[in-house]
Amino acid sequence: MEFFLQQLINGLTLGGIYALIALGYTMVYGIIQLINFAHGEFFAAGGYMGVIVLSYLASQGLMETHPWICLSGSLALAMVYCAFLAMAVEKVAYKPLRYASRLSILLSALGMSIFLQNGLMLTQGVYDKPYPAAFSQGGFEYGLIRVSYLQIVIVAVTVVLLVALNFLIYKSRIGKAMRATAQDKVMSALVGINSDRIISITFALGAAMAAAAGIMVGLYYGSVRYDMGFVPGIKAFAAAVLGGIGNVTGAMIGGLIIGMVEIFGAGYISGQYKDVFAFIILIAVLYFMPTGIMGENVDDTRV
Amino acid sequence: MREGEYKKLWKAYAIGLVWLFCLLWPLLGIHEDGTLSIQSAFTVWLYVFGGTAVILVLYLLHKRGALAWIGRPVARLRDRTATAGRVMPGWVWITAVLIGALVFPQVTNRYAQDVAINVLVYICLGLGLNIVIGLAGMLDLGYIAFYGVGAYTYALLSIHFGLSFWLALPVAAFFSCIAGCIIGYPTLRMRGDYLAIVTLGFGEIVRIILNNWMTLTQGPNGLLGIKPPGIYLPAFSDGLSFVHIALRKLPLLYYVILALAVLTVISVHRLNYSRIGRAWEAIREDETAAELMGVNTFMLKLLAYAMGAIFGGLAGAFFAARMRFVSPESFTFIESAMVLSMVVLGGMGSIPGIILGTLALIVLPEVFREIELYRMLAFGAAMTAMMIFRPKGLIPAKRVGGRSEEKGGAGG
Repeated sequence: MEFFLQQLINGLTLGGIYALIALGYTMVYGIIQLINFAHGEFFAAGGYMGVIVLSYLASQGLMETHPWICLSGSLALAMVYCAFLAMAVEKVAYKPLRYASRLSILLSALGMSIFLQNGLMLTQGVYDKPYPAAFSQGGFEYGLIRVSYLQIVIVAVTVVLLVALNFLIYKSRIGKAMRATAQDKVMSALVGINSDRIISITFALGAAMAAAAGIMVGLYYGSVRYDMGFVPGIKAFAAAVLGGIGNVTGAMIGGLIIGMVEIFGAGYISGQYKDVFAFIILIAVLYFMPTGIMGENVDDTRV
Repeated sequence: MREGEYKKLWKAYAIGLVWLFCLLWPLLGIHEDGTLSIQSAFTVWLYVFGGTAVILVLYLLHKRGALAWIGRPVARLRDRTATAGRVMPGWVWITAVLIGALVFPQVTNRYAQDVAINVLVYICLGLGLNIVIGLAGMLDLGYIAFYGVGAYTYALLSIHFGLSFWLALPVAAFFSCIAGCIIGYPTLRMRGDYLAIVTLGFGEIVRIILNNWMTLTQGPNGLLGIKPPGIYLPAFSDGLSFVHIALRKLPLLYYVILALAVLTVISVHRLNYSRIGRAWEAIREDETAAELMGVNTFMLKLLAYAMGAIFGGLAGAFFAARMRFVSPESFTFIESAMVLSMVVLGGMGSIPGIILGTLALIVLPEVFREIELYRMLAFGAAMTAMMIFRPKGLIPAKRVGGRSEEKGGAGG
C-alpha cells in the first residue's frame, strides 16, 4: 500500500510535467493541424535557460538569500525566452509553408527539431549540466511515504500554470480569438482576427508551458541534457493524442494518465521498459480510439 | 520589385538579426562562474550576419538583373549540357557511372573506400525508405529499426549457427519484412502525421528492446565475433577444389555492397514503373480516390512497408558483416533522420536525386572535417530550407504520365 501511494505521488509529479508539454502540442495542432516536432526542443531549451539563470544567480550568492525569487525569476525568464524562440521558429520554418503539403510542413518541423537540438549541443556541450541543488533537499515523511518539497513545488507550479492557461483560453479575449481561429481560419479572419498573430501567440504560449516543464524536470532529476526533449516530447504527444488532440482539458488528463502509467509500469512491471508503455498506449489509442478521451470527431485527413 | 518591397525586405532582415542576437546571447553569454560576456555570442552573430548579408545582396542584385553577365553564360552552359544529356541515351550515362564505380577501389586508398562503402550503404537505405515515403507517400520516422533488425539477424545467425552471409541475406530480408508487416499492420489505418509519430515510437521500441534484452542481444555491450562474408573460389592445385575466402579487405566488401546497391536501384526503378508503382503513386496523390478506382490500398501500403523494410534489412545485414560488431547505438533516431534528410535533399521518389543527396551528406562532412560538429545542425537547417525553397529536392522525380494541372486543365 505504501508503495502504491508513493508511486501515485511520483506519477502525479511526472504526469503534471507531461501535461504541461502536451498542452503545446495540442494547442498548435488544434490551430494549424501540425505536429510541432520542435516542441520537445522548446522543453529542452527551457531546461537549459533554467540552469543558466539559476547557476548565474547561485554564483552571485542570491540562491541562499532569496531562493523563491530566484526560482520564480528563472521560471519567468525561461518561459519568455522559449516563447520568443517558438515565435522565431514559427516565423522562419512554418509560416512560409502554411499552404504547402502536410508532408513538407512535417519535414520542416523535423528539420527545426534537429537544428535546435544540435544548436543546444554546440552552445551548451554534450554532457549533462547539473542544476544547482537548493530545492531538492527535505520533505515530509509519513511512514514509508516520502514527499519532497520539490515535488510539492512542481505540482503547485503545474496547477497554477494549468489554471492560468485555462483561464486565458476560455475567459480572455485572446483565448476567444484563438478558439475562433482554430475553428475556422478564414471566417475568423473575416471578422477581423489577425490569424498570423494568433498562431504566433499560440506557439509562444505552448513553448512557455514546455519551458516551465523543462525547468521542473531539471530540478527534479538534477540535470539537463541537450537531447532531453526527444523522449518526453513523444510521450507528451502520446498524452495529447490520448486526451483528444486539439482539446486542452484532454491534454491535461492525458498527461496525468501517461505519467501514472509510466511510473506504475516501471514500479510493477519493468523499469527498463518504462519508455515503451507510453508508446504502446499511443499506438493502442490511435488504433482503437483515434479521437481520444475528450476529442471531437476527427476528420478524415487527420487520422 | 518596387522600392517599397526593398524597404520591407531590409526591415524584415534587420528585425530578424535583432531576434537572432536576443536568442543567441543567453545561451552563449551567461557563464556559471557569474560573468556575463558578449564576445562569443557576438562572434557567432557576426558570422551569420556576414553570410546572410552576402546572400541577400546577391539575391537582390539578381532580382535587378545586375548579375546577368554571369547568369547568361551559366544558363547557356546548362542548356548545352542538358541537350548533350538528351542526345546521349541513358544507358551511356549508366554504363559510365557503373564503370567508374567498378574501377573506384582500384585507384583509391583505404579511406576513400571506407567512405564509398558508407555512401553505398546509405544509398540502399535511402532507396528503401524512398519506397515508403517517395513512392507510397507515407512518412516513416522509424526506418532505422529495419536496418537494426537486419543487422541483428545476421549477427545472431553468424555467431550462434555460423550461417554464411549469403544464406543469411534472405533470412535477414525475411525477418525485416516480418517486422515491417508487424509495424505496418496497426499503423496503416492512420495517415500523415499520426503515422509519422507512431513509426517513430516503433523505432524507439525496437531500440529499447535491443538495449534491454540482455540474453539475446547483450544489451548496450553489443555483439562481437560476426563473420565477414566469404566466397568460394575454384582452385586447380590438385584436381578441382574450392577454397573459402573471407572477404575482409575493404575493396572486396566494396564490391559486395556495390552489388547490393545496384540490386536495390534496379528493384526500386522496376517497382516505380510497374503496376504496383502506379498504384502507390495513386495512393500518394489521393488515397480515397485510389480506393474508389479499385486500388487495394491496404495491401499495397503494407507491401510498401514490407518492401522498404526488406532493403533496409539487406543493408543492415551487410552493415553487421562489415563492422563485425553491432550495438543498439547504431540504430538511433538520428540515423533515421539522416536517411530521411538524404531522401528529402535529393528529391523524394527520384533515384538519381537520392544518390546525389547521399553523396552530398556523406562526402561533404568528410571533406570539411573541421565542421564535423556542425553536421547535424546543417542537416536540420537544410531540411527546413529545402522544404521552403525547393520542396521537390535537388533532382525532382519525373512523374509518370501527364498531369491535368500541368497542361492547364486539358487532362492527361
